[in-house]
Amino acid sequence: MAYTEEELKKELETKEYEYGFYTDIESDTFPVGLNEEIVRAISKRKEEPEWMTEWRLQAFASWKQMEEPEWANVNYEKPDFQAISYYSAPKKKDKYESLDEVDPELLDTFNKLGISLDEQKKLAGVAVDIVVDSVSVATTFRDTLAEKGIIFCSISEAIKDYPDLVRKYLGTVIPPKDNFYAALNAAVFSDGSFCYIPKGVRCPMELSTYFRINQAGTGQFERTLVIADEGSYVSYLEGCTAPSRDENQLHAACVELIAMDDAEIKYSTVQNWYPGNKEGKGGVYNFVTKRGICHTNAKISWTQVETGSAVTWKYPSCILKGDNSIGEFYSIAVTNNFQQADTGTKMVHLGKNTRSTIISKGISAGKSQNSYRGLVQVNPKASNARNFSQCDSLLMGNECGAHTFPYIEARNNSAQIEHEATTSKIGEDQIFYCNQRGIDTEKAIALIVNGFSKEVLNKLPMEFAVEAQKLLEISLEGSVG
Amino acid sequence: MDLKEKMLSSFMALEQELDLSSPVHDIRSTSLKTFEALGFPSKKDEAWKYTSLAKLLKNDYSIFPKKESSIELKDVKKYFLYEIDSYKVVFIDGIYSPFLSDTTHDGIDVCLLSAALTKPKYREVIEKYFNQVADKEESLTALNTSFAKEGAYVYVPKSVVAEKPIQIIHFSTGEQGDFLLQPRSLVVVEENAQVQIIERHQSLAAHEVLTNAVTEIFAAKSALVDYYKIQNDRLDASLIDNTYVAQESDSNVNVHTFSFGGKLTRNNLNFTQNGEHIDSTMKGITIIGEQQHVDHYTLVNHVQPNCESHQDYKGIYADKSVGVFNGKIYVDKIAQKTNAFQQNNNILLDDKATINTKPQLEIFADDVKCSHGCTIGQLDEDALFYLRTRGIPKREAKGLLTYAFANNVLESVAIPSLKTRINKLIAKKLGVNLGHDL
Repeated sequence: MAYTEEELKKELETKEYEYGFYTDIESDTFPVGLNEEIVRAISKRKEEPEWMTEWRLQAFASWKQMEEPEWANVNYEKPDFQAISYYSAPKKKDKYESLDEVDPELLDTFNKLGISLDEQKKLAGVAVDIVVDSVSVATTFRDTLAEKGIIFCSISEAIKDYPDLVRKYLGTVIPPKDNFYAALNAAVFSDGSFCYIPKGVRCPMELSTYFRINQAGTGQFERTLVIADEGSYVSYLEGCTAPSRDENQLHAACVELIAMDDAEIKYSTVQNWYPGNKEGKGGVYNFVTKRGICHTNAKISWTQVETGSAVTWKYPSCILKGDNSIGEFYSIAVTNNFQQADTGTKMVHLGKNTRSTIISKGISAGKSQNSYRGLVQVNPKASNARNFSQCDSLLMGNECGAHTFPYIEARNNSAQIEHEATTSKIGEDQIFYCNQRGIDTEKAIALIVNGFSKEVLNKLPMEFAVEAQKLLEISLEGSVG
Repeated sequence: MDLKEKMLSSFMALEQELDLSSPVHDIRSTSLKTFEALGFPSKKDEAWKYTSLAKLLKNDYSIFPKKESSIELKDVKKYFLYEIDSYKVVFIDGIYSPFLSDTTHDGIDVCLLSAALTKPKYREVIEKYFNQVADKEESLTALNTSFAKEGAYVYVPKSVVAEKPIQIIHFSTGEQGDFLLQPRSLVVVEENAQVQIIERHQSLAAHEVLTNAVTEIFAAKSALVDYYKIQNDRLDASLIDNTYVAQESDSNVNVHTFSFGGKLTRNNLNFTQNGEHIDSTMKGITIIGEQQHVDHYTLVNHVQPNCESHQDYKGIYADKSVGVFNGKIYVDKIAQKTNAFQQNNNILLDDKATINTKPQLEIFADDVKCSHGCTIGQLDEDALFYLRTRGIPKREAKGLLTYAFANNVLESVAIPSLKTRINKLIAKKLGVNLGHDL
């Protein structure tokens, strides 16, 4: 046997972050620290209307009253919120007509990531709204989308161009006072994406945004708002990689999804922030609030592949408000070395005949800790609610941990809820079986891990599945082919 | 004066009648300090998220019995498992009743904790076991420990099989108004020994009674312990039952909890496995209605390799009742080859009934088989239809199916007459006519 699990473990431990590089773009960075002045300055810099500034200030006021939550099953050194610069934007602020005008160094960054814009343009209809350090630099395919009446732009543009829409929906799913990080985000968010699909329109292409943390010491506070009007459909992709850094970077994003009657939103994420090196030094703190609301007959589907970040704290949730609405959550969380992930979902059933599905796969290696934390809540009026949850964990080595904290609250007697969880390792007999068929151990492990995650990988859109596979490859090098 | 202050000041009154020089008293004082620091748990504590004691704690409970109450055997006979011969340890309002009891020192010790705590011949056992497995940082357990004085004491020496089951019954008469009972029991089963114990808390008249019981069970190498808890109390009686089990290699401990009655019942069941090849089983049936509240909180600590644990809890909730299940399986890094299984199935019969369940796994070892399953649902429509095509009325058919749902937990009950008794209770509770006398 040439390749054993031991060796795989070793390889995993020594595998350095492949996408760890730093692009030297001149940035326009605010001084460190956070106070009302900074919040005002961010708002001013973004040329925001008065109501927006007020909104931020209120959020900041409530944030000051809040305490950092400690209930998650993660240990980390608390970020010093006064030691972060809250705004950083590439200096060139003009919009580009073509790729030739874009900073060549920036283009090089994209090439390293394997997302060259020209290639993207040629690919089957993926519009890319690239965010490097908070300001949208290039937007493609906007014309095609505009024809259909779809608005897809950065949120700062949306605040300027579509203030009524933003004002009506911003903060309705995640109120600024929702939690510590949501409040912080509401106060200082610098940019993000905004998407509006009009009534009855089926978005012809997958919408995607790439987030990157680039400038040392800048937290990235993205705000995404997706509104699918009655009977519309949209598939939204979000992916991220970050350069290697020694000091911890904070990422506290907010994503709000609104699915009106009969609408459907599919939101897919591939997250590969820098996880820290093998001693557990550095890495990104990823404290994200993601939540969607479903009106009558609507559907929201969250799919996530989480391979990065030193600490992850993330619960994409669905509020099933309308009758017959559907919520789905598919997740693969891979942790290695000293990574810690506390992730899961909340399914709040309010309407009648609401259904939800939760499939969560956790793979822990090295000295990492991987937790699933989920809530399924059936309220008294949600008759005939249906939930199915499955949480599977795969452990590699005996220094890692896998934890499950499912909360199930049923207040309606017609609810039907099933929850199951299993924890296992890669079976020796499974490997033996493969060996016997002439498949070497390395390939066998690849096969098994792939099979273990397949249920979730299958849910990713075609365009993203390739990248997801790539990221799993990086996190579990040698095991996924 | 709130209950916490009352407890703290009553401790001085308790000290008057105790031997303050005994080492047990140091344990009491330390525990009181723990309780003083922690106070009663509130809904803010994660472990008490779904169960609130606030209302219960408002009552003005008497803490010490003022006089001895007596009861007639014929009045309480139905609470005993009288069909079979058994040892009995009976308490009335916290005071031992020699008249209703049947203790022994022949081969095994079935007697009183008060005797064990004071008499020199038990000193060795007490020093070795008393308060050794109970959670010293848990406020209610600490409160019980600080007032620990009376309860059952069972000691089964090496290789002895207790020839008949032991019944431990705590009666509350209500003659002294609202009452707080804090029985403390200790069960030590030595190597290769076996014992069966049935425990019951029973209130006899209308009054608020709150029982905060702690039982410590020690199963030495290859010991076998079967423990049955029957909770079918009046609707004004509440129970917080803390059970701590410590097991050595190759031992086997089964705890069955049957919760049918009571206003509020909280079962804290903790297992610690200190050896290899240990088997721990926790099973429960909960059938409640009205505004009853039953909370099962289990914890299994797998700290050694090659052990097993099985949990199977079934719940049927009617009216406005609330059911809580919180099961936690902890598997230590060195506890390889652990096989832990947890199952929690629930049926809500009425639309005001609530169930909150949280089956947790915390796993640090890789070569383990751990799973948990949890369902909340209704009766199978097809099965119901089938029964009705056979001419069984809907109500009865429903009862029959619910009965079948709960019944398989009973298979592992090792005392036949107890099994029959529980079977009857379930049938009665669900309004099922089994067509034959069990």
